[in-house]
Amino acid sequence: MKFQGYRRADGRAGTRNTVLVIPSVGCSQEAARSIAKGLKGAVYLPNILGCGQMGEDRHILKRILTGFGLNPNVAGVLIVGLGCEELAAESIADGIRPSGKWLEVLVIQEVGGTKKTISLGRGMVKDMLARAAGLRREPIPLRELILGTECGGSDFTSGLSSNPAVGFACDMLLAEGGTVILSETPELIGAEHLLARRAKTRQVSQQLLDAVAWWENRAIEAGQNIRQGNPSPGNIAGGITTLEEKSLGCIYKAGTGPLQEVIAYGSHPNKNGLVFMDTPAHDIEQLTGMAAGGAQMVLFTTGRGTPIGSPIAPVIKITGNRNTYVKMKEHMDVDVSGVLEGKESLTEAGKRIFEEMLLVASGKPTKAEKLGQKDFCIFKLNPNI
Amino acid sequence: MTKARVIVIDGKDNVATALEPLRRGAEVTVEIQDNVENITLVSDIPSGHKFALRDIKKGDSVIKYGEPIGQSLAKIARGEHVHVHNVISKPRSGRRP
Repeated sequence: MKFQGYRRADGRAGTRNTVLVIPSVGCSQEAARSIAKGLKGAVYLPNILGCGQMGEDRHILKRILTGFGLNPNVAGVLIVGLGCEELAAESIADGIRPSGKWLEVLVIQEVGGTKKTISLGRGMVKDMLARAAGLRREPIPLRELILGTECGGSDFTSGLSSNPAVGFACDMLLAEGGTVILSETPELIGAEHLLARRAKTRQVSQQLLDAVAWWENRAIEAGQNIRQGNPSPGNIAGGITTLEEKSLGCIYKAGTGPLQEVIAYGSHPNKNGLVFMDTPAHDIEQLTGMAAGGAQMVLFTTGRGTPIGSPIAPVIKITGNRNTYVKMKEHMDVDVSGVLEGKESLTEAGKRIFEEMLLVASGKPTKAEKLGQKDFCIFKLNPNI
Repeated sequence: MTKARVIVIDGKDNVATALEPLRRGAEVTVEIQDNVENITLVSDIPSGHKFALRDIKKGDSVIKYGEPIGQSLAKIARGEHVHVHNVISKPRSGRRP
């Protein structure tokens, strides 16, 4: 099976054709925003980091900004730096250059101020947009698709309808040889041993358990024991019996395939199939990590309805709650409430999600795209100094 | 026979979830992937709660999402309410599988 996508110079294929403006540091963010402003097809990343960062945070920032530039949904990149920041614009460019994408770098202190930078930058972006407009979609095998999965604003319908239905759609993509990213590590707690049993190797199994233990210990250090009192009395009254059951309701959305590998936040999968990315459960930080890891699209389940979208990856919102679909229609793409109303089977709902995924991969805009939702937030471990 | 709203998530599951309050003695039709079964409920089942699709022996796994969500504390009959009174998380040695 195929979708209609954009073939890039490095061989990867995108579902979108965006020109991306990346500020390497918070100090150049306003210039980057002004450069992209009003130019259809251009987006900027609202990055406020890049200076005074400590330890691992420096690596994470570089991985995320570089990963966004490398994502095949991006046709060309302009990096805007200040000049004295830790993460030099040129070092991000070095990470993106091997992809053969159109790439420009502007450094405010070298150019001589933001006005000149904005004027030069807009010229560069307009030029890249004109070249991007000349590209045509072509058939791309589904095995080249990397699909992110996410849930947020969950309710009782999430574990019973939208997550299992998305799980069916993910299994259909896995059967085509595609890649599915499961993430939000803290949400695994209680069922991590069950997912670990699906790992291809002992090493992958151990990496998954270690990732969960890390988050659990961080929560305990902060005074929260996630296992205690979970499932909550409200969950139990609603019919959730154990923490395994609650967490499996989240895990099931990525399908039932064997777990191929565990990758770090914002890293690109090395294998096709089901992969786990170690991310927070924070919706936007998680979404940012998966887009940096090369996800060309995301399936997002929600019970209560949430507006978020990515600057570069279309996000399809799926709800199993009829009231939410009606009330939050401007944000919802797929309604699977028929499952709990007995009007549709999980398999049928899963097939509809899969079909919507093919349409969106081939260019149909999602609700989040129509609304211009370009949420971006990078996970960090330490304060800035 | 009642056409009740119930859902089975995975073909390997031994429990179904009621999507409306169901009464003891009701016979409900359950679709388990391509198979259809009729089950007589032996307990009242609140909406959102689970009942057994088949007899579950004491100590056996309760399966939902195709995975064990816990261990039965007592024999659970087909059609019986499955919840915190007869299921616990399976004790694990340390955190390792």
